[in-house]
Amino acid sequence: MREIKTSCITSSIKEMCINSNYYISKDVTDKIQQAHEKETWPMAKDILEKLLDNIDISRIENVPVCQDTGMACVFVEIGQEVHVVGGLLEDAINEGVRQGYEEGYLRKSVVKDPLNRVNTNDNTPAIIYYDIVQGEKLRITVAPKGFGSENMSQIKMLKPSDGIKGVKDFVLKVVKEAGSNPCPPIVVGVGIGGTFDRAANLAKKALIRPLSENNPDTFYSKLEEELLTTINNLGIGPQGFGGKTTALKVNIETFPTHIAGLPVAVNINCHVTRHTHVEI
Amino acid sequence: MEKRITTPLTSDKVKELKAGDKVLISGVIYTARDAAHKKLVELLDKGESLPIDIKDSIIYYVGPTPEKPGHAIGSAGPTTSYRMDSYAPRLLDIGLKGMIGKGSRSEAVIESMKKNKAIYFAAIGGAAALIGKSIKKAEVVAYKDLGSEAIRKLEVVDMPVVVAIDALGRDWYEIGQKEYLESITLTSTEKTQGL
Repeated sequence: MREIKTSCITSSIKEMCINSNYYISKDVTDKIQQAHEKETWPMAKDILEKLLDNIDISRIENVPVCQDTGMACVFVEIGQEVHVVGGLLEDAINEGVRQGYEEGYLRKSVVKDPLNRVNTNDNTPAIIYYDIVQGEKLRITVAPKGFGSENMSQIKMLKPSDGIKGVKDFVLKVVKEAGSNPCPPIVVGVGIGGTFDRAANLAKKALIRPLSENNPDTFYSKLEEELLTTINNLGIGPQGFGGKTTALKVNIETFPTHIAGLPVAVNINCHVTRHTHVEI
Repeated sequence: MEKRITTPLTSDKVKELKAGDKVLISGVIYTARDAAHKKLVELLDKGESLPIDIKDSIIYYVGPTPEKPGHAIGSAGPTTSYRMDSYAPRLLDIGLKGMIGKGSRSEAVIESMKKNKAIYFAAIGGAAALIGKSIKKAEVVAYKDLGSEAIRKLEVVDMPVVVAIDALGRDWYEIGQKEYLESITLTSTEKTQGL
């Protein structure tokens, strides 16, 4: 049994909230850079160049890349030999978000109630996902999620007979309907299988996988490639003004499902795909 | 080549702008997003006057991050415009001439833009640190309690935007994508000439 203090978790979360909003990770900038080199449509190339400039400015001046500094999505893998001491884990995470969004001059974008809509003024609560895993460590990922792209996400309960074609058609339909709204070039997270809610969770998890990594199963890595090509053939382009760069990456995550079902969730993220990890 | 315009966005300036134009905006513009729009339209419903002078003005759909000490404003990129679609025609009818946001607009908004001779500009979504640099001054002028969603009066210099939809209803989201797709079906020689 290893003890981890909540104060240590709070300070890590705080730092990750700030860093993920100021500094875009290399896997994402590499993809934008590659897209910029390949892009031939003048306005598209110009926009991609401005996105790279923007990433540079935020890194040099220590300011948020995007004004939508997101709802803080926090993934916690808890080694089952870990004992958290000093208070509730959830409180420690929310305190880290509170401190990070205040001290980092990040926007407070969370309302307390979905219909009565009063801002909580500290960006809490975070959306927290817990997984119990082997070992005596705590692995935390912070992925602030903007809602311009979140609003363009969809889920569908396909029939088993719809098969792979049904999945491809649905992903394309979601990307087409999203069009210019989610700040293309986008990153597409696809969750296939599980239950209604698990599919959505898988799609969200797909978005925290580095863009430099493909699904380890070649069947699915090929599907990721194929979907990326088809999406980029749509011609939506950066910001929706035409071009070959509509998506930077498609990431698919899967889970066993019921004999009667084929749930598919598509979670859209923008080019400001933020994820940062720490192991405690 | 960019066109430069200075606010107020009068009818003669609107006429000069067409879909696809790159534009640098200077002068005073106002911010408003979901919550502020709701309040503005509630005032109109009650027959009361608005806290900003709407005639020939430009509204920027943005909720900036808090400014760091020594900065006029934080990061300030556009939010998605369709959420303001149900409110926009009301403001266009009373003299709003320009909107800055990102993403496509509804038929009703485009019809109202044609009727009222207004422009919808797109700023680059996500390029918030870059756009923030063109904002030289920011002052909350209404609904301070809304925090990031309060209405701010901004002074901008050469703020980079694109005319997404012009006063004749020409939509660059449609035209740009169509022209791109046509360009890739041409031969490589035609492509070079076309570009």
